[in-house]
Amino acid sequence: MLSKRNPQLNKHGELIHLLSIEGLPKAVLTQILDTAGTFLSVNDRDVKKVPLLRGKSVFNLFFENSTRTRTTFEIAAKRLSADVINLDIAKSSTAKGESLVDTIANLSAMHADMFVVRHSESGAPYLIAQHCAPHVHVVNAGDGRHAHPTQGLLDMYTIRHFKKDFSNLTVAIVGDIVHSRVARSDIHALTTLGVPEIRAVGPKTLVPGDLKEMGVRVCHDMAEGIRDADVIIMLRLQNERMSGAMLPSAGEFFKSFGLTDEKLALAKPDAIVMHPGPINRGVEIDSAVADGTHSVILPQVTFGIAVRMAVMSTLAGNEA
Amino acid sequence: MKVLIRNGRVVNPATGRDELADLAVANGRIVTIGSVSPDFQADRDIDARGLVVAPGLVDLAARLREPGHEHEGMLESELNAAAAGGVTSLVCPPDTDPTLDEPGLVDMLKFRARKLSLCRLFPLGALTRGLQGEVLTEMVELTESGCVGFSQAEVPIVNTQVLQRALQYAATYSYTVWLRPQDGSLGGGVAASGSVATRLGLSGVPVIAETIALHTIFELVRATGARVHLCRLSSAAGVELLRRAKAEGLPVTGDVSINSLHLTDVDIGYFNSSMRLNPPLRQQKDREALRAALADGTLDALVSDHTPVDADAKTLPFGEAEPGATGLELLLSMALKWGRESKLSLPETLSRITSKPVQVLGDTLGSLVQSAGQLVEGGVADICLFDPDALWQVKPGVLKSQGKHTPFDFATSGTALPGQVRATLVAGHLAYQAPALA
Repeated sequence: MLSKRNPQLNKHGELIHLLSIEGLPKAVLTQILDTAGTFLSVNDRDVKKVPLLRGKSVFNLFFENSTRTRTTFEIAAKRLSADVINLDIAKSSTAKGESLVDTIANLSAMHADMFVVRHSESGAPYLIAQHCAPHVHVVNAGDGRHAHPTQGLLDMYTIRHFKKDFSNLTVAIVGDIVHSRVARSDIHALTTLGVPEIRAVGPKTLVPGDLKEMGVRVCHDMAEGIRDADVIIMLRLQNERMSGAMLPSAGEFFKSFGLTDEKLALAKPDAIVMHPGPINRGVEIDSAVADGTHSVILPQVTFGIAVRMAVMSTLAGNEA
Repeated sequence: MKVLIRNGRVVNPATGRDELADLAVANGRIVTIGSVSPDFQADRDIDARGLVVAPGLVDLAARLREPGHEHEGMLESELNAAAAGGVTSLVCPPDTDPTLDEPGLVDMLKFRARKLSLCRLFPLGALTRGLQGEVLTEMVELTESGCVGFSQAEVPIVNTQVLQRALQYAATYSYTVWLRPQDGSLGGGVAASGSVATRLGLSGVPVIAETIALHTIFELVRATGARVHLCRLSSAAGVELLRRAKAEGLPVTGDVSINSLHLTDVDIGYFNSSMRLNPPLRQQKDREALRAALADGTLDALVSDHTPVDADAKTLPFGEAEPGATGLELLLSMALKWGRESKLSLPETLSRITSKPVQVLGDTLGSLVQSAGQLVEGGVADICLFDPDALWQVKPGVLKSQGKHTPFDFATSGTALPGQVRATLVAGHLAYQAPALA
């Protein structure tokens, strides 16, 4: 079988959609992180706007609810001077039986320039990228369990900001890895940027052994997983997984894999603690850690705006 | 109608015969193979120079979408597709709407197919009413209507006691039960478990979904003595279990689909919904094991697993797309491709889509069992003429089936396929002839 060209890149290797971090060259990632650095200062100015996307229309298409992610994209687009249209599709067209592709065709006809897409099915943004007009750029804002590339990039920005260099780091990702698009994007990004040790930490129901095929070390013991780590990324445990066949209870999970000061002491003294939010205090992370000196959870949010600005301005500058 | 097929390469897989010969057909039967008497007055004289004259193909798994899913395929379009693919007998599963659980439905289907006279149709009856896994169907009546076996199609029976009783009851009358081995609880994913599904974030169907079901089925076969045909094995481990069951002497047979024989999960690429199939595509070691098992006889037959799916149901995110691919018109080519890659002789290759599937069907075919899937004097004239050297590109426009989606579409595969059907005779009638036929 022929493997088709990576649909995210044009024939010059430039980014035209951001669908997944997998398959993107290191140079593309680094360039986005560098661009994000320049936007960080915009966010500190009195007039927090640059005209890079003036006259462009960014459509936020959220087939799955997420106020927080949608808001960060909206802020990023507005700071680039774009017009932003928020569509809560979960409640509109698809509920009336319109197909995904028909919805996209209709919105394309409204002269959208960029779609920011959140969907519960892995791969949905690929389908959208395939069926939208050639000038439209697609940003994946989270699809099923597959990818959340802007979260991955903002995590990389955060790590680079605090640790400078990727080449000697140990990064532990803890929690519900199997269902996590954030974990997948982080793993691909960390691998591409040259992190030598990535650990996936959690019980076997949430961290199955075949994850090692993604190039991570699988640890089912928290102490082993975070010992001497430079970076600890705690994942959110979704409510529906807290009790059932995946886990018996949130309390038991916290006992084994919740991050407390005591467990954090096993990591490097200057370790940073990250979390994509929203956090479940007392489930995956203790309040003392979330609010403690190692925590960089709030800087992540700030960097997230700059990284999303960098992604959107990069895409807008490249033609299919 | 009398037909004379001259100068063709006559291949009879059942005997290994492979030689240049003439073949004469009269009254729906083959009257002569070899040198035909000059007195034979043919209504139709076909010059088969350069062509292979083979038995019509026998496909053990093709969905025709009637009744119930006419937007995705109709009896006429799909039986035309069969004829264009050289298929002269096909077995269709009972997962129509309504399901084939009543003799009247089977009678109607058989009647309509007979009227079209494009391909012989052998329906499988539903093993349980509505395929719901609870109440047995009237198997005796369904058999009298023409069902050749009983199947749950894609719906596993969750209640093992019901499955046990279904097998006991079927064994009473020596009926064959056709089962796709997939555990009802473990089979809920959309791609095979493995690195590709993990990477793409697709829910997985583990190999144990197949092997656990096989262990259960084999235990029940031991206990009940029922004869079971296993549909579309997908894994190396599953094939190994079938090999051992056959060595033990259990009355079991098995088949594999053209998709699992040629593809792996890597072909899903960037969420290509044409690769959304049941069973899901597995890894390379599984594909290699399936190919070897088809060659060594552990697997008895190669099937098209023809499932027409309309474009709307495929233009969806991978997990939401309807599983299935068109296949009737690809069966011959996919067999030839496998045979060549496995360095098998042409008779050996063709036996997996002719004489061996007939053996699986056995006496359910009635007197047809003597000659279907073969070329014998006095036998039925179900014949496929094909050019073994022609290459063709699969494109939606060239397919007669209403199902246009296939993993082997030239646009994604970039590969032309070997072997093109030039004519198909069913009971001596020309059911299909290519424009190129002289």
